Amino acid sequence: MSHTPILSIRSLGAMFTNENGGLRVLEDVTFDVHPREFVCVLGPSGSGKTTLLRLVAGLLTPTTGQITFARKQQPRIGMVFQQANLMAWRTVEQNIMLPLEVDGVGERTALEKTREMIELMGLQGFEDSYPRDLSGGMAQRVAIARALIHDPDLLLLDEPFASLDAMTREHMWNELSRIWQAKQKTVIMVTHSINESLFLADRVLVLTQRPGKIKMDVEVDLPRPRKDDIRYTPHFGKLARKLRQAIE
Amino acid sequence: MIRRLTPILLSAFAFLLGWHLLTRYSGIPNFILPSPLSVWMRFLRAVSDGSLLRHTRVTLIEILLGLFAGVLFAVVVGYLLAKSRSLEKALSPYLIASQAIPIIAIAPLLAIWLGPGILSKVVICALIVFFPVLVNTIVGVRAVPTALYDLMNSLHATRAHILWKVEVPASLPVVLGGLRIGATLSVIGAIVGELVDAREGLGYLLRVGDFQYDTPMVFVAVFILIGLALTLYGFVLLLEKRFLKWQK
Repeated sequence: MSHTPILSIRSLGAMFTNENGGLRVLEDVTFDVHPREFVCVLGPSGSGKTTLLRLVAGLLTPTTGQITFARKQQPRIGMVFQQANLMAWRTVEQNIMLPLEVDGVGERTALEKTREMIELMGLQGFEDSYPRDLSGGMAQRVAIARALIHDPDLLLLDEPFASLDAMTREHMWNELSRIWQAKQKTVIMVTHSINESLFLADRVLVLTQRPGKIKMDVEVDLPRPRKDDIRYTPHFGKLARKLRQAIE
Repeated sequence: MIRRLTPILLSAFAFLLGWHLLTRYSGIPNFILPSPLSVWMRFLRAVSDGSLLRHTRVTLIEILLGLFAGVLFAVVVGYLLAKSRSLEKALSPYLIASQAIPIIAIAPLLAIWLGPGILSKVVICALIVFFPVLVNTIVGVRAVPTALYDLMNSLHATRAHILWKVEVPASLPVVLGGLRIGATLSVIGAIVGELVDAREGLGYLLRVGDFQYDTPMVFVAVFILIGLALTLYGFVLLLEKRFLKWQK
């Protein structure tokens, strides 16, 4: 892992104004993310996890503090949301291609890249399907493909598997793990599942209740590639207990 | 195809038969309720002397121009109102007031201001088409999922991209629903204008038929108007089929 961080967050704070005045959502959040690192932000609901992600994505402006990117001001971002958030009027192929269209990539190159991505995500045969015909897991796969297609500097995942059933979710963990290994992306993923964060991440940041602060920064030193049974090892259990205690 | 048409043909046949029997045995004079046969003969006469085609063409041009102008104006204004609450607040009293006045009440005014030519009919037609398309455009644009804006912003998409790749396709189903209503109303608009003051058009033909107790002619004009309205409606359905094939 390289030593210069790709992303530095310093004393980040966010406040929303509502009818009762100000609502402090995040307070004094500081951490670095290194290239190709998989970071999970774990926290109870209402801890400002999603706000943190939206700040990094540039969808919100911080009230205090800074977010600095190593190479340039505006990193290329791939984002996956809680719901698949696909465009109902576009086919699977057209949905995946969207970021390339926004970037102005030529149609032939775009189609070529999309075909490759469809293969990587195991979506062959669904190219011309519309989102209404996809299962939740399939739709989320398309969303991940769309987030990766333009080769982003940073992949932001906002509880992407929260709406899936348990079996599909665990299957998607394996898939994401495999794709992350293949694509070598820097990932920040927000989740409230301890298992999910330990299975996927290199590092887990635990946020407190609102206003969210970083309570714990845990290195996940489980060997890769990780298989399902890693969840039943004593070390996994120990880390899980540590995170569990930090959350409560 | 034949199987699908059977109920339509049967109902049309029953309608014509009932009408025929009514005029034959009820003793109602022909200038009050003409028989289907006399309407048919009048139709043939109006076709062969060229008058029906000429008047239909005038009305059709008025309808198409009015529909085009009304829809264009409604879509542009509707989009702006959907995007700006303060603009909507400022303009909505006028828009609602304009709908509270029956079009038939301002049609004479428009005829005075714009003359007996085609322009006053086009404007009346555009006015009557305007409102349903406007309302549906506002509803349609406001209903665009905010998550799709987040997606586009995370990709640093331009305003134009957001408009053409999200807002237009996402609101299209609702806008086309408004167009369906507008298309049928456009026929009414043109006729109202022609009834007030005109030298040409199906509305003029209606009036002349009325003055001369040429009731079969009135019936011919009414049937042509029904045909125009159905054709326009069918055309919008075709548009929906073409552009909304992603829906069920």
